[in-house]
Amino acid sequence: MTTASDTGPAAPEVVLAARNIGKIYGSTHALKGVNFDIRRGKVTTLFGENGAGKSTLMKILSGVATPTSGTILLDGAPVTFVSSTDARDRGVSIIHQELSLAPNLSVRDNIFMGRELRTATGGVDFAEEARQAAALMADLEEDMDPLTLVEDLRLGQQQIVEIARALSVNSRILIMDEPTSALSATEVHVLFKVIRDLTSRGVSIVYISHHLEEALQITDHAVVLRDGAITAAADRKDIDLAWIVRNMVGENFDLGSPPSGYEFGKVALTIEDLSVPDASGSDASAVDRLSLSVRAGEIVCIYGLMGAGRTELLETVAGRVAPSGGRVLLEGEDVSRLSIAERIDKGLVLVPEDRQRDGLVQTMSVGSNLSLPSIGDFVRGLLLSPRRERTLVDGSIRDVHIKTAGGEAPIGSLSGGNQQKVVIGKMLTTNPKVILLDEPSRGIDVGAKAEVFRLLAERATRGLAVVFSTSEVAECLSIAHRIIVMSRGKISAEFGADVAKEQIMAASGEAVVA
Amino acid sequence: MTSPNPPRSRSGLLADGFDIGRLLLEGRAFFALIAIIIVFSILSPYYFSLGNFLTMASHVAIFGILAVGMLLVILNGGIDLSVGSTLGLCGVIAGFLMQGVPLPMFGVALFPPVWVVAVLVCALGAVVGLVNGVLIARFKVPAFVATLGVMYVVRGLALLLTNGLTYNNLAGKADLGNTGFDWLGFNRLAGVPIGVVVMAVIAILGSMMLNRSPFGRWLYASGGNERAAELSGVPVKTVQVTVYMLSGVCAAITGLILSSQLTSAGPTAGNSYELTAIAAVVIGGAALSGGRGNIRGTMLGAFVIGFLSDGLVIIGISSYWQTVFTGAVIVLAVLLNAIQYRRRVKRPDSTGGQPASPQPSGQASPAYPTHEKTAA
Repeated sequence: MTTASDTGPAAPEVVLAARNIGKIYGSTHALKGVNFDIRRGKVTTLFGENGAGKSTLMKILSGVATPTSGTILLDGAPVTFVSSTDARDRGVSIIHQELSLAPNLSVRDNIFMGRELRTATGGVDFAEEARQAAALMADLEEDMDPLTLVEDLRLGQQQIVEIARALSVNSRILIMDEPTSALSATEVHVLFKVIRDLTSRGVSIVYISHHLEEALQITDHAVVLRDGAITAAADRKDIDLAWIVRNMVGENFDLGSPPSGYEFGKVALTIEDLSVPDASGSDASAVDRLSLSVRAGEIVCIYGLMGAGRTELLETVAGRVAPSGGRVLLEGEDVSRLSIAERIDKGLVLVPEDRQRDGLVQTMSVGSNLSLPSIGDFVRGLLLSPRRERTLVDGSIRDVHIKTAGGEAPIGSLSGGNQQKVVIGKMLTTNPKVILLDEPSRGIDVGAKAEVFRLLAERATRGLAVVFSTSEVAECLSIAHRIIVMSRGKISAEFGADVAKEQIMAASGEAVVA
Repeated sequence: MTSPNPPRSRSGLLADGFDIGRLLLEGRAFFALIAIIIVFSILSPYYFSLGNFLTMASHVAIFGILAVGMLLVILNGGIDLSVGSTLGLCGVIAGFLMQGVPLPMFGVALFPPVWVVAVLVCALGAVVGLVNGVLIARFKVPAFVATLGVMYVVRGLALLLTNGLTYNNLAGKADLGNTGFDWLGFNRLAGVPIGVVVMAVIAILGSMMLNRSPFGRWLYASGGNERAAELSGVPVKTVQVTVYMLSGVCAAITGLILSSQLTSAGPTAGNSYELTAIAAVVIGGAALSGGRGNIRGTMLGAFVIGFLSDGLVIIGISSYWQTVFTGAVIVLAVLLNAIQYRRRVKRPDSTGGQPASPQPSGQASPAYPTHEKTAA
């Protein structure tokens, strides 16, 4: 469906090119002689696992970082971007995956931050800014008052603001690093329409996403990066999903299948009529009288769009958020009134969605993070036993296959996937009966994803009840025995492992686009 | 197994061979102390003697004990501005109790023995800390504001209680069985002033608590990332309340020692001491954002401040200059802290230092919370 746009002039003109770019951080070669072309009016998609060097390359192309070697050619002439502002002035903008908005300011003020429009007397021309902001929002089909404070917006809407800001500078080249990670299907749809509109006006787009299927829809030209080097490049019409994955990881990849050959145990987790109020304080419920039970050894996947209430459900079950109604039972015992710590003691644990914000203590070592939830178990008399702690840490590192220099290594030295394994590993050290994982695959690469799923499947065969949420259909169809689709706080459908992707997506209220 | 930071810096030193820049940076408080001792020993013949060191150490004890309590609060990501006032109130209460508590209905006065006075005063310090902790943990008042308010309230109470006057008679009477208050301030144990001994004991206990107890780990975790700590089952609220109570107890102990040293208990004692305590913690390398710091550094910080200001007095420099010097040392310490933590953040892995780059904040930040997801 996207190949239609490929029928342009024979050889698309290259507007920005990287030639033999190398980047060295300390002893790490992040990029090794990369050649990368951005073509006028085309969407060039960059695929690659975490740590492959995608973000580094984009930071170099947008002036955020300087290359150790190599040259950048803008319209065929060598350039050096001294800063991201310099790059922006020459028409190259980047939308970072982590939002850089000021939550205390309005949408309007954020869009024009740092380059406010002036009136004749030198003041800020708020009226004109508001008008332009409203026009941008109309383009993005987002019903948003320019005077709304950013902190009052949903994450997806904040991302729209970020995109609007990049659009407002009239860039010739727009780099989008994971722009859709927080967007709903409709919002993604609109964004793609905007991208098409931009490319038809001659704007060149570089697109990076972990959502491979989604990225395939928009891409004109795909480039795959692995270990700091380009492994493959091809036009859209010549490639498919399998080609991307093959080139990303270097082999055929499979996220696994539901573990079998054993009987489920008794019911481990029961959720009864659980309701959770919406965080925004409105009357709507984030979770609406939801009931669910999970047996020991069973793996349940909760699929849903952003805002379907998955996170609220899991956080409430774990004790982070107080429900407005309903009960949570662990092996028949009501745990609704217990604190998070008490629930962990009873065997109910949560691996949170945002591992940076909720999962890890950045100031502590890998080992201290791993032992944190079970630290009370190593007390001898009044003091900790370092030997027993080390045994547990080393065991855990081996058990969940964390690639690290050792328990003493700083947590920041690990890759995203390994950090995620630390968050999962630390909860597993408490020997839980039920583990809840909110988007365990978020922001980690295919290889790490498969490893995480293998680990969970293996634990399930030993009687652990696993509940994980995801927004990628492919992940539902991996290890889950049962797939629950959530929509607007309710269970809208329930499937076995043999369901088709389209059925899941239809039940979630998502347009069938693939 | 010690606190999360030191082993890393130590192994870093070994792994990278002898890096003098890093060595100076990591051990800056220690080297600053050595430099201070050398400089003042050259400038004054009286400075370098055991007697002088012990005298200076007993001055250091006052700030050192306060600083241990402050360190706990700062590790938690908070701040306690009320310790100076708490010190003053506790001293006054001790003075009041030493005068005897009149019980009009029985027509007698109660003269509690000194150890009872000490216990009551420590309990009072804990109560003040409890108020701080509850305000902050339960009612979500920012630590700065909560302890600022309590600082004024407590100081006001101390002034009200004595009408602004000072208790000068703390000696007690032998026939009433309440003598011995001067023990804390004047006695020596094997030549070492009791105040210094108390500081050493508190430092050792504090160090064991931080490095070897679950509470210590909880404290580092909740200071480093409260949300993650809570989801890991750490009782973050209890930890928070406890550190303020411990800080209050440290202030109470300091109040006892100070009024014993001065043989008087005045309501304005300890004014602005909270700032000196914060300075000691900061010079010791702790991060005001929480989660980083240790007792060893804080002790060094207290000694740096104490030995510096006493040295300036000994060589006869005006107290105005002392203020300037102390301020400069604090600013320098904070600058060095910033350099150290930036270095640490910028290192992409544990393999070694990375050369300074023109964009310090733009790139490579595995340790920044919001940055990760794909550090590709």
